[in-house]
Amino acid sequence: MTFFYLAPWIVFFPVIGLLINLVFGSRFSETVIGTIASLASGLSFVVSVLLAYSLVGHPEAVRWTIGEWIHIGTLQLDWTFRVDTLSTMMMLVVSGVGTLIHIYAVGYMHEDVRFKSDLKRFQRFFVFLNLFIAAMMILVGGDSYLMLFVGWEGVGLCSFLLIGFWYEMDTLGRPSWANSNAAKKAMIANRIGDFGFLIASFLMFWAFHSLQFDQVFQQAPAIAASNPGLITAITLFLLLGVTGKSAQIPLFVWLPDAMAGPTPVSALIHAATMVTAGVYLVTRSAALYVTVPAAQFIVALVGAVTALFAATIAVGQYDIKKVLAYSTISQLGFMVAGVGMGAFAAGMFHLATHAFFKGLLFLSAGSVILGMERGHHHLAHHEPRKGTKEKHPEEVFDPGDMRNMGGLRKTMPVTFWVYLTGALALAGIFPFAGFWSKDEILASAFRGGFTAIYWLLAIAAFLTAFYMGRQIWMVFFGEPRHAAAAHAEESPQVITVPLIVLAALSLLGGALDLPGVETLTHWLEQTVVFIKPGEFVWSVALISTGLALLAILLSWLLYGRRPLKVGEVDPLKQMLGPVFTGMERKWFVDELYWALFLDRYVDVSHFAADVIDGRFWHDWFHEKVIAGTYNWLSHIALNRYADQLGIDAFFNSLGEWTKEAASGLRRFQNGFVRSYALFVLIGVVAILGYLIFK
Amino acid sequence: MVPVADYIGLSAILFTIGALGVLIRRNPLVIFMSIELMLNAANLAFVAFTRMYTALSMAGGGQPVYSGQIFVFFVMTVAAAEVAVGLALIVTIFRTKHSIDIDNLNSLKG
Repeated sequence: MTFFYLAPWIVFFPVIGLLINLVFGSRFSETVIGTIASLASGLSFVVSVLLAYSLVGHPEAVRWTIGEWIHIGTLQLDWTFRVDTLSTMMMLVVSGVGTLIHIYAVGYMHEDVRFKSDLKRFQRFFVFLNLFIAAMMILVGGDSYLMLFVGWEGVGLCSFLLIGFWYEMDTLGRPSWANSNAAKKAMIANRIGDFGFLIASFLMFWAFHSLQFDQVFQQAPAIAASNPGLITAITLFLLLGVTGKSAQIPLFVWLPDAMAGPTPVSALIHAATMVTAGVYLVTRSAALYVTVPAAQFIVALVGAVTALFAATIAVGQYDIKKVLAYSTISQLGFMVAGVGMGAFAAGMFHLATHAFFKGLLFLSAGSVILGMERGHHHLAHHEPRKGTKEKHPEEVFDPGDMRNMGGLRKTMPVTFWVYLTGALALAGIFPFAGFWSKDEILASAFRGGFTAIYWLLAIAAFLTAFYMGRQIWMVFFGEPRHAAAAHAEESPQVITVPLIVLAALSLLGGALDLPGVETLTHWLEQTVVFIKPGEFVWSVALISTGLALLAILLSWLLYGRRPLKVGEVDPLKQMLGPVFTGMERKWFVDELYWALFLDRYVDVSHFAADVIDGRFWHDWFHEKVIAGTYNWLSHIALNRYADQLGIDAFFNSLGEWTKEAASGLRRFQNGFVRSYALFVLIGVVAILGYLIFK
Repeated sequence: MVPVADYIGLSAILFTIGALGVLIRRNPLVIFMSIELMLNAANLAFVAFTRMYTALSMAGGGQPVYSGQIFVFFVMTVAAAEVAVGLALIVTIFRTKHSIDIDNLNSLKG
């Protein structure tokens, strides 16, 4: 029994959910809005499960067309959903993790809209969230590069809308355009990537005369043999798209700022699903990449360098979400490196496990932030705390700053345990999910002879374990460094239950693709035929486990053994000095981009506005040329003589002439009916006479 | 049989008398009578031509033609209606103006 006819419903369910909430949401209570949105995403997950079940006995790709789209000449594009093992795996991850995050968001946004005092945005949030699920499903379910691009842009739009969700404030709730600027930054960085994607699509259409996956991939080997440069160009332009969406060097700068969005958004869009679209794109285009090893190597190199680069920055961050953001960039680097090396199953495996544990970490971080805010709220309302030094009235409290935390293990036990699970999974400790997936990528690099990439990734893995250890020690151990941390409260069940489910997935997710069994590899093999079966390399596993344990030990020595005091400088900063400042300031990449591109862009804009538009067009062309000429002409043409003797005289004479003609004709309208009858008779006689004697 | 041309000639004479009556006389009742004359001149022409066509049609083995006669009845109906309306107008005009001289009804002149 197959359920392929249900394929379009992966998109329809979220769209129905968002329409209901959009139209009727303002009359519903928060619970109803949250239930509808979660149900929409949940039903999408059920459909994905049914599709996966259908594929078990029927491994070939099924294409389900729901409508015509573009039919021009040889270009035949339809709204077609492609159900194969790869797309179904993505659907399961997106809707599964998405549903858990929807449920979590009901609890999170309930408090967030109250802390930021705008209850109406609860509805808007879930409309956007469902829109994201729908767009992401179009992305992974599309059967052509163009339909993929529709989803690609759709998720980019949702990302923009949700980063700028609190658009009139900064992350601390102060009036500012910081969040809105972060949203714009994401949009613009992604536009650069989309430019690459579009150029790649145009080249593809030029080379293959099609954008449909099967038709492109069938012709790929032939074109690669005759024109390898073209395929290289296509794959590299696609890589530009990947670096935009999946936050790789050089376009990664938007992702840390994207943390301005509410935490469920960071978890769903900027960790678990949307940012992995690039990895999916490379895996989907495997048939193109395998024909050009040089491009593959560049992809792998970009991924590996990003992995290491972002990991170093994560070490120097103080914001709990910023650490996770750079960690996400770094882990995406792992995935991109994996799929770049041709280890498509390993990359997709890491994508799935990363969705579990990074989703978990972000959601737990959200729980921590809410706990801190509750503690701060509690303080502000109940204890004026006279005489304490730590609380100045004008001081802005940052609930996400790890320097304010400490000792949360006792006040938020559930959050602590799930966070620890996620951190161990991310650090790659046996037997958590991250161990298996990260190890598969490292083993692929090792066996494939990519020595440089292997070492880049291994060092990145070491740093991963270190910064996660640092975070755990700083947040959950030691003594509270702020009164809010001391009064932090555990989150309600609507938040903790999804966390526990994700924690279980992070613990057991490795079972997806255990060495020797390789369920996921065999599953994906049916679609991505280029997958080489993975192989467990003991030495690699031992080295990476050893590195991870060493990093955790090191983090304990620095942060755990003697916890940070209030106002104390980070011990690593004392040791590394300017290097740490570099890490803290993201190696000045933002400043570099400003100096190299954005300031130049601003200069050009100023030039265009002041010189070209202002001085040339406005001052000279409009004022002098057009207005001046017009004034000059009207001065000549409209002076007293020309006006009165020329124009006025002409129109007055027209009027006079009309009057005279009228008074002449008036004589015939004399009121004597018999004279009218005479004219009628004369007229009839004249016409008849003409007709008869002509 | 009287030739068709005679009927048409009589019709033309009647029509001319009617037209001259409309143009010359100032009494509206006489003008109405003249109008009736013109209408009946037209009726006479209708009937005369129809008889001519019937004769031609029968000679060719066809059916008789009655459309002219039918039209005459329509014209008579219209003339009766017109006289009814016209007489009512004349009565009303006489009540307001105390005169029915057609040349006094010239208040719509330009």
